[in-house]
Amino acid sequence: MHETMLAQNIAAAIRSEADKQEGRPLTAKISCGFLSAVNDELLQEAFGFICKGTSLEGMKLYIEHRPMRGVCKKCSKEFNVELSNPKCAFCGSEDFELLPETPTILEEIEFETAKNNENKSR
Amino acid sequence: MKPPKTMKIKVDKNILAANEEYAEKNRQLLGQNSLLCFNMISSPGSGKTSILTKTITDLNEKIRIAVIEGDIQTDFDAKRISAAGARAIQINTEGACHLSAAQVNNALERLPLDKLDLIFIENVGNLVCPSALELGEDFKIAVLSVAEGDDKPAKYPALFAKSKVLLINKIDMLKTGVVDFDLDRVRRDASRLNKNIGIFEISAKSGDGMSGWYDWLQEMVQSRK
Repeated sequence: MHETMLAQNIAAAIRSEADKQEGRPLTAKISCGFLSAVNDELLQEAFGFICKGTSLEGMKLYIEHRPMRGVCKKCSKEFNVELSNPKCAFCGSEDFELLPETPTILEEIEFETAKNNENKSR
Repeated sequence: MKPPKTMKIKVDKNILAANEEYAEKNRQLLGQNSLLCFNMISSPGSGKTSILTKTITDLNEKIRIAVIEGDIQTDFDAKRISAAGARAIQINTEGACHLSAAQVNNALERLPLDKLDLIFIENVGNLVCPSALELGEDFKIAVLSVAEGDDKPAKYPALFAKSKVLLINKIDMLKTGVVDFDLDRVRRDASRLNKNIGIFEISAKSGDGMSGWYDWLQEMVQSRK
């Protein structure tokens, strides 16, 4: 359910960027860590609902999931942690620490160019 | 029809930046007062409030505790905390499944921080959402009661991966044979992603195992002074 809160924050972040641009926002890409437990379907649904009737209506959201990262206490290397088999990808040690998760990030927004908008309004 | 001409703009902005700002304010406020703060997270009904009322009653003369209570509705829990003898601030989220750092900030402003040692934030009962938001706490504490089943750390890994301590509550039920609960499985699954998680097996009702939890709490408070 925290997807609703995330969707509100995503829409607000897009709006504040869109205010600086002349064109209409078409797509946005976000990335989130594995442990932030974001469900794509719920986030898409919430985002669609929040954008309805606003300047963001019809925007497409692309969601990328970043893997969990760990650091091995034996060989000190960093690796992607597999939930089903959590161990160091290099030496196989199970003695590792999870690295802090990457925050949920609004990576980029794709805008329709202003010129295109002018054509449309004619 | 030609496809629209487009341009991509790199933004690279933390979506939860507003929450993170308040979390940082809370960290500063707590730090200025040498206060310890734990964010307690569990399913509804695991016994968070009962653990807190028992802890407050038993440690009343040793640690000055206050509780920020998060619930969707009612002030039932704040009343229970007050009756046990600690300050409580109730936050009703009215539907939201988690507390935000701004709500906690507002509650902190209403507490006599210079007269406290430890603040518990009792988050809204939910095993998933609350662990996604930092509130400015020192640590998260996960609570799991044996009646919920021993598969929860494997099913809901995020909370257990992010918590400093796991309280396994209602262990007195194990003696009755009413529930099947494999403690070894929980210990193993909870520490798969979090080797250093501290696990206390307790019963807030019978008092079983509470002394180990109290010792740890007092050590933590001492180390902050």
